[in-house]
Amino acid sequence: MLWLQVLVNGLAVGGLYACIAVGFSLVWGVLNIINILHGSLIVLGGYLAFFAHQYWGINPFLFAPLAGAVMFAGGVALQYCVINHVMARPFLITLLLTFGLNLFLDNSMLALFSADYRKVLLNPAPGVFDLGSIVVPADRIYATLVGLVLISALALLLRFTQFGRAIIAVRMDRDAAALLGVNVRWTYAVAFGLGVFMAGSAGALLSAIFPISPVASAGYLSKAFVICVIGGLGSIPGAVIGGFALGVIESFGALLLGPEHALTLAFVLLIALLAVRPSGLLGRQGFA
Amino acid sequence: MLRLALPLALPFAIVAVAFVLLSQTDAYIIRLATTFGMYAALALAWNIIGGIAGYPSFATAAFFGLGAYVTAVAQNLGAPLLVGVGLAGAGAALFAGLLGSAILHLRGKYFAIASLVIAEVLRELTNSWTSVTGGGMGINLPLAKTTLLTQPQLYLAAMLFLAAAATSASMLIDRSRLGVALRCIAQNEDAAQIIGVDTRMAKTWAFVISSLFIGLVGGVYASWVTYIDPTDVYDGAMSVKPILMALLGGVGSVFGPVLGAFAYLLLEELLWRNLLEFHAGILGLLVVLLVLFLPGGLSQIRGVGLVSLPKIWRRAP
Repeated sequence: MLWLQVLVNGLAVGGLYACIAVGFSLVWGVLNIINILHGSLIVLGGYLAFFAHQYWGINPFLFAPLAGAVMFAGGVALQYCVINHVMARPFLITLLLTFGLNLFLDNSMLALFSADYRKVLLNPAPGVFDLGSIVVPADRIYATLVGLVLISALALLLRFTQFGRAIIAVRMDRDAAALLGVNVRWTYAVAFGLGVFMAGSAGALLSAIFPISPVASAGYLSKAFVICVIGGLGSIPGAVIGGFALGVIESFGALLLGPEHALTLAFVLLIALLAVRPSGLLGRQGFA
Repeated sequence: MLRLALPLALPFAIVAVAFVLLSQTDAYIIRLATTFGMYAALALAWNIIGGIAGYPSFATAAFFGLGAYVTAVAQNLGAPLLVGVGLAGAGAALFAGLLGSAILHLRGKYFAIASLVIAEVLRELTNSWTSVTGGGMGINLPLAKTTLLTQPQLYLAAMLFLAAAATSASMLIDRSRLGVALRCIAQNEDAAQIIGVDTRMAKTWAFVISSLFIGLVGGVYASWVTYIDPTDVYDGAMSVKPILMALLGGVGSVFGPVLGAFAYLLLEELLWRNLLEFHAGILGLLVVLLVLFLPGGLSQIRGVGLVSLPKIWRRAP
């Protein structure tokens, strides 16, 4: 029964983890950028949800898409005005650019919100679902469900809307897409915005489960790395599978080696996976 | 003979003169100069794998931290400082050799991510191996026993010596077969392989030499500050700073990283002094401005940077 409980614990956060990684994966896949900013954006989404709950009493699980929408605008503007200028440079340059932006955002949040850990305290508390021999924490299930809904919406958007197809086209061959009349700059901006949207939503979902603080951003970034590499870069199903896989790995790692080693185990797995199969479990060219 | 003697002797001669001039100044200048030596050595070491070979390594913090902890543990077991630092260099180089065989076949972003994660793994392991490393509490190092020099002078000499050694190594690599092989790899690895360059060997050597210096610097640093903890020495910023310095001065050139280290140290010192609360944010903004607006050296990975010293160097008979 213990094993089943541990498995369920891992799966319960899987959708949330997928939500953390899918925006990172999208930006990597389409824009070819390692977005170091991603972790801080998740934390920013968490703060938006925290303040929305504190001042207007909005439930973070419902607020998640709204947090994403607010940050989407900022993400589009950032990509259009700043990052677009260095898209043709080697990736080390774009990586350093997002690293610089990350330092700035982290430090700004530290100055504005302080390093104190804060957590949305829901009233009434979500409690647990009691399934006889195992219990399932309800807040994680809500977060995973909302996360999966948002990811499905993103997948549908990429699959069936004209803008989604434009993003895929730019991913496959940006010059050919430009020749066919796709506005590449604008498409990049929206794709980055969508990545930020997912980061913001993931942050809002996190804020009700884990305490948030600007100093936690690097942890979320490394989780996104691991999930993307496990699942395979540039694929939404890959991010979902990677998310659930990391949840289960962490859960069993915590049981077998102690909770402090859970993330280390994931990192070691990441290096082993990179050495053996760099494209990940579901990795392929093209996105969605 | 002269072709070899000059790169071997020149950096050490310059450093010796610098040490004589600096060693009698006040403590603040000595601390700055020591930091400069450390930064220059780190930037030069990164440049061997990241610049000349074009493999964007983010593992600097890993080897730095490893070197620092090897020295700390060795000294706490009673080893003298020199042995501790030597072990740090050897340990980092050995680790790089083993690690290289696992991750050096990865290219571009995949290599970057794999190297980035190494520091995280080592930090977690150091954190949890409390019996040896002291865990999150950190570890103290004994004060170095000095007779000839004062404490600050000793570390100034050590860091400047490492910077000179890294410069010498870079100059020698630049003129050797290894250097040619590494530049071929940076330009087009497949083509290099086809014309018969043993790319695997060249990359591994570059990684090992680079890590050797980083490990040595980490060891001296640990002894200098006398107290280290995992979040301090495995800090991700330690991986990024040398890259910034190399970019500032000119990636892939021999003297670019030294200039870059100097420029970076000036910026960092100004920001620290004037904006204690927000210095990281301003540093971030500076990185953004540097990437966006400093043309030339930044646009190409094999750029020339602020001053084309290597060209001047090569033109000399």
